Amino acid sequence: MSDWAGLISGRLALGWLIGGEWRFHPARFVTTAVAIAVGVALGFAVHLVNGSALSSFDGAMRGVSGAADLSIRATSPLGFDERLYPRVATAAGVSDASPVVSLPARIGRTRFTLLGVDVIRAANVTPSLIGRRPRGPDSAGDAAFDEAALFLSRDALTQTRAKIGAVVPVVANGRTVRLRIAGTLPGAGDVAIGVIDIATAQWRFGKLGRLDRLDLTLSDRSVAAPAVRAILPPDAIVSSAVAQSAQGDALSRAYRVNLDMLALVALLTGGFLVYSAQSLSVVRRQRAFALLRTLGMPRRAVVAAIVTEGLGIGVVGAAVGLLAGYGLAWGALRWFGGDLGAGYFGGSGVHLVFQPRAALGFFTLGLVAAILGSVLPALGAARAAPAAALKNAGDVVDPRAPAAWIPAVLLLGAGVGMALLPAVNGLPLFGFAGMALMLAGGVAGVPWFARALLKPIAAHGAWPVPRMLAVRHLYGAPGEAATALCGIVASTALMIAMATMVTSFRGAVDDWLGTVLGADLYARTTAGAAFDPEVRMRLAATPGVAHVAFSRQIPLTIAPDRPPISLIARPERQGRDPLLVLIARAPTIPATAVPVWVSEPAQRLFGWDPGETIALPIAGRTRFYVAGVWRDYGRQAGAVLIDEADYQKLTGDTGRDEVSVIVTPGEDVARVSARMTARLPAALRDQVEITRPATLRRFALTLFDRSFAVTYLLEAVAILVGLVGVAATMSAQTISREREFGMLRHLGLTRRQLTDMLATEGAIVGFTGALAGIVLGLALAQVLIHVINPQSFNWTMTTRIPFGTLAAVTAALTGAATVTAVLAGRRATARQAVLSVREDW
Amino acid sequence: MGEASLLEVRSLAKAVPGPRQLFRNLDLAVAPGELVAIIGESGVGKSTLLNILAGLDDANHGTVAIDGTVLGSLDDAGRTRLRRERIGFVFQAFHILPYLTLRQNVALPLALVSPDARAAEARAEEMLDAVGLSGRGDGYARDLSGGELQRVAIARALVHRPALILADEPTGNLDPETARRVLALFAEAVRGHAAAGVMVTHSDASAAIADRVLTLGADGLVERRV
Repeated sequence: MSDWAGLISGRLALGWLIGGEWRFHPARFVTTAVAIAVGVALGFAVHLVNGSALSSFDGAMRGVSGAADLSIRATSPLGFDERLYPRVATAAGVSDASPVVSLPARIGRTRFTLLGVDVIRAANVTPSLIGRRPRGPDSAGDAAFDEAALFLSRDALTQTRAKIGAVVPVVANGRTVRLRIAGTLPGAGDVAIGVIDIATAQWRFGKLGRLDRLDLTLSDRSVAAPAVRAILPPDAIVSSAVAQSAQGDALSRAYRVNLDMLALVALLTGGFLVYSAQSLSVVRRQRAFALLRTLGMPRRAVVAAIVTEGLGIGVVGAAVGLLAGYGLAWGALRWFGGDLGAGYFGGSGVHLVFQPRAALGFFTLGLVAAILGSVLPALGAARAAPAAALKNAGDVVDPRAPAAWIPAVLLLGAGVGMALLPAVNGLPLFGFAGMALMLAGGVAGVPWFARALLKPIAAHGAWPVPRMLAVRHLYGAPGEAATALCGIVASTALMIAMATMVTSFRGAVDDWLGTVLGADLYARTTAGAAFDPEVRMRLAATPGVAHVAFSRQIPLTIAPDRPPISLIARPERQGRDPLLVLIARAPTIPATAVPVWVSEPAQRLFGWDPGETIALPIAGRTRFYVAGVWRDYGRQAGAVLIDEADYQKLTGDTGRDEVSVIVTPGEDVARVSARMTARLPAALRDQVEITRPATLRRFALTLFDRSFAVTYLLEAVAILVGLVGVAATMSAQTISREREFGMLRHLGLTRRQLTDMLATEGAIVGFTGALAGIVLGLALAQVLIHVINPQSFNWTMTTRIPFGTLAAVTAALTGAATVTAVLAGRRATARQAVLSVREDW
Repeated sequence: MGEASLLEVRSLAKAVPGPRQLFRNLDLAVAPGELVAIIGESGVGKSTLLNILAGLDDANHGTVAIDGTVLGSLDDAGRTRLRRERIGFVFQAFHILPYLTLRQNVALPLALVSPDARAAEARAEEMLDAVGLSGRGDGYARDLSGGELQRVAIARALVHRPALILADEPTGNLDPETARRVLALFAEAVRGHAAAGVMVTHSDASAAIADRVLTLGADGLVERRV
């Protein structure tokens, strides 16, 4: 009979063992299952919230798009020439085409997308964009041909709090037009849109001759797509619902994946807690396993028993975690909405969407964490020589045995090597895998680290007896400390890594803001309004203004499945813009070239290096020379800066939407601001926001902190799980030393001295854990800063160490471990000393 | 050494790390129903010899055969199987698992070879009756005295009808009167089951219950007239 056959035939004995252990130590089972449940719940909740938000975002995009087979989209808000429409409508494979004008608009404070459609064409191509009057569908289009008729989606109507029939002022493209709400858009779903006749949109909102979109129905997609591409101008692209969905996904994917990974830190810590608990349980049951091995239980059966326990912990923990995660996600969506702080999904109503594949994935991860946490202790138990274990009381520590360091070095080396590999599909998967390996290596190196730390202390002979005993105990058995500490070292390391990355990031952003916000005042328009040349001249001539720089910022779509970059037109050629933080530049700019300066994310995303010539889909002029790369932490999708004269020459666009102002020295900034407001035309005045740089800076940093708030929360939970792990493990270790304490009391140690000994042990363990976590965390931070961040978000920064956090973590961990050890010691030393050593008599 | 021996040991030698030789030229044969006591000073290698007989430790030289099966021909899994099916153990410290009922403790060797809980527990109940612990099967280790615990251990050692029973200081933790009764029970059980019994002890009084008493020294086992 092989080991496996012995395992199967011995399943009754296995069942008794596992059942007996759980009956006698239910708290251990519950604690470890809860640790797994917390990890699964957090991961699943974060994934559900993000997934639900993305799904709603996707739905909103489809609502605005009207679910056409294929769309031609303008690459920028400047639109494309409407003469493209008849050519596309008659292209091979196209059965119908519906022209659309799309504008960001607002009614009062309600922002929505205003679409101008041809109701007859839209009825065939995008019927969800056809309005319904209170009496029924507007299929005849008589209301839609009314130039003042506006149909609002349910979402937009609710937000405006207006009634059907009401006349409302609609602001778009810098113009205000009074329109009558003629009905609703039942097919639009949960998205804020409004639909008017396309002629009204072009005429009343200044888009004559321009279109933003052509929605198509196709008779043959394989023929239509190449036929349409062949006649497209440079300022239009072919897009589909899939590409739109991919664009929304790409916008937030790195953020979502990073948040999922962070949420899994708690699960990882839970896995380490299982490891601690199982290791202790194995040590406690060493003689029981030795007995069973002596009685003929195969090695594999010992492994199977412990791993089956882990499986049970995993099944219960993961199942409870999924339920809790669903509840957590429901609560988060109900009370906080779909945006977890980073601002990707703000503005769209989010409904919780259950994701069975994600549920299965997180359940499996919970199981794997619990099983992996059990495998190492199980293998250790199976390897133990039964005869020796039966004879010994369990304490087989040999202080002369060297602490192993080779596995730690190998794991750390493999982790560093893996972290250096490039991103996969824009995601830093090797970076995360490298961090996991480094984490494992760091935890594996804790016994060696503890011994190295304790060596000089242990060599010092002049300690009082209780402290000498504490140091000697930990020096002789560093593995015991490592068992208690593995979870907290892992969670502390990740917390320190995150804190270091966030501190570095925040510091870099703060410095950057300090440079780029070098003016005294900033103003920008809203809802598509613009400063025309006349207004610009008036503003420039405001008394007290020393210098003004107007700029235009528009989204520019480079590829249909990627979020648009920002094209910024600013005065650049008359001397370098002092507000630009250049990090690389081309040696010379050819006289005939049109130069552009690309942001760091744009360079990394599209591979645009200084000195290269690149194509941009704008105004038919598609070749630009990359004159430099500038630092930008504000636009993750990338930005390109072009001199405003070049921009105007290429596009004919004379509007500007932002201005930075430097006031004359000695002038009062508030007064200059008031003067500038007074010089604005009355119609524009309520569409311009003027702010000071300090306000912008504060606002930016508040947004930054909010986007990392959920990160801090996840880290805090992971630390909490780790601390529970330290408390549970240290308690169990202390209580299992009852006989040792009894013996020491027989030898004459007072209870106070025992408490002193345990407090010293606790302090050393906590301090060692904090120090190991900090060292490992600072190493992991380098991966976050130099690998994960650039690969996920395409920006780089230098390391800044959060010394305050490091000190606080060290103090908190040392204190918590000390208190835990003392409390557990009180319980362990409470029994009469005679009873404690009874078995040894 | 006769052909009917259940345990046959030939030319066994064991050294420990360093210059120390525990024993050499050790021969032993134990017939069915025979109980052999091995005595010797501390550190002479009595427990090591038991471990070698159980396949838990390796000799440097010599062979051990249990019911015709030579231990040296078996790998770890084979020795484990042999222990499970053919050997019973009684320990000085009893080693009764505190989280199993007494019936489950006794039935453990059977539970290791068959999932039939009812049969295993019925047989365990028989063994508990046989060692004078009728009706105590639902209890736990904490409910029993040292002598009672060792009786449970004897029941466990015999429950699967082993060919060889090994006992390491079975009365080392018991008072003299309890020890006497437990030993009588042990000897009766060995003989009643026609097993080969090997008991290691310090105590001459304990050894006196055996059929043969052997003294372990550096040159192997020497028979002593009781």
